[in-house]
Amino acid sequence: MPAAESYPDDLRYHPEHDWARVDGEEATLGITWFAQDSLGELVHYEAPEVGATVTKDESYGEVESVKAVSDIIAPLSGEVLEVNAKVADEPETVNDDPYGEGWLIRIRMSDAGELDALMDADAYRSHVAEQ
Amino acid sequence: MEATLRRTPLFDRHVALGARMVPFAGYEMPVQYTGVIEEHKAVRADAGAFDVSHMGEIHVDGPSAQAFLQAMLSNDIDRLEDGQAQYTLLTTPTGGIIDDLIAYRLGRGEFYLVVNASNRDAVFTWLRDREPHGCEVRDASDEYGLVAVQGPRSLERLGLPEAPAFTHWMGELDGIEVMIARTGYTGELGVELCFAEDDAVTLWDAVIARGVTPCGLGARDTLRLEVCYPLHGNDISTETDAMSAGLGWACALDTEFTGVDALRRIKEEGPARRLVPFVMEERAVPRQGMPIEGGGEVTSGTHSPMLDLGIGLGYVPATSAAPDSELVIDVRGKPRRARVVKKPIYRKES
Repeated sequence: MPAAESYPDDLRYHPEHDWARVDGEEATLGITWFAQDSLGELVHYEAPEVGATVTKDESYGEVESVKAVSDIIAPLSGEVLEVNAKVADEPETVNDDPYGEGWLIRIRMSDAGELDALMDADAYRSHVAEQ
Repeated sequence: MEATLRRTPLFDRHVALGARMVPFAGYEMPVQYTGVIEEHKAVRADAGAFDVSHMGEIHVDGPSAQAFLQAMLSNDIDRLEDGQAQYTLLTTPTGGIIDDLIAYRLGRGEFYLVVNASNRDAVFTWLRDREPHGCEVRDASDEYGLVAVQGPRSLERLGLPEAPAFTHWMGELDGIEVMIARTGYTGELGVELCFAEDDAVTLWDAVIARGVTPCGLGARDTLRLEVCYPLHGNDISTETDAMSAGLGWACALDTEFTGVDALRRIKEEGPARRLVPFVMEERAVPRQGMPIEGGGEVTSGTHSPMLDLGIGLGYVPATSAAPDSELVIDVRGKPRRARVVKKPIYRKES
């Protein structure tokens, strides 16, 4: 079942519809409910390699639906510690649970100062409302 | 631009059903209601309804209509009896494909063509400009609504009798007069219903009330691609010919029609490249325009909901066209392996 629209308060958001959940020096990244809803049911996740470097505002992978492909933009810079294998096998997990089981990668942040540039949930909700 | 988009008589129904509307061939059309994959599977398992009212309908009538169409269209229209239909091509002198269409014989000297929405004007103009004495070509696209109901339970859901494919008859559905044709573009049992535009909403509501799932253009594309039906503008065009596209079966080379000499020659010499179906051997979704190593190109690509794999159609050199040939597709700079398969890509287990 596709998830209902939500933007959890404990996450930080990038305007390209990506989220980050920060835990110490690490962060888990994914795409927002709005992003997965715009794309439709995901059928492919082109993931980065563990150990690769991701750079804030740049693409680190791709997600595809039947009709479209979209770059995934990194909200933060860092090194990839883990890729969500469940999403690689079953990309529709992102549609079902974009902030939980549907996370995409876990990174070690290289610049915690980048967090200041991200939006909180309220600001992101306003951003989505303008789309 | 948006103001110039046209709407079918069912536009409000699509919006009310929560469809995502997109521009297609000059119309605002539903690409999906609940999801492409769900709608696709509904058609394979049960029945789905597609608003295809944007497609063009052209009447060709008169004592010389049959001879005229025989000279214009690739298939042998003389083989049609009243109540029958055939898949055929409108061809250029060099064998290029102006459109692929279904020709219906309604009666002696009465024919009706259903053409792709994007080619409606091209087909109409081509035929009208060549219209002989004793034949009238008339674009009736704005007079009719057209709904395709497709799937193994489609006839049962609509309360219709079994009938051979490519036959048609006048009938009634829940009190509405319709032309019922045993045609479609999904590879499933099904019908296409043609009716007066004013009856569109009532007819659509009646079909949906019978438990048929509304389906958008997204599922229409994945369904036709799984069974390797070409899409004009993607897989075939005025720049491609029927022999290279694997549509020789729709060309009666023993009849005389525009471009037949060119097609006879291509058949005799063998096409330099062929349109082939393929499946991805690695996880990737092929897309239209992606290069195929060795001088080919993907013309249609998607993710097959039934096979859960990337699938597509593409032109490759004839030497790489045999089933099981290995292909390498350039997926945004990354080489991804694919394999040529036999048609159809998806076949129902029976």
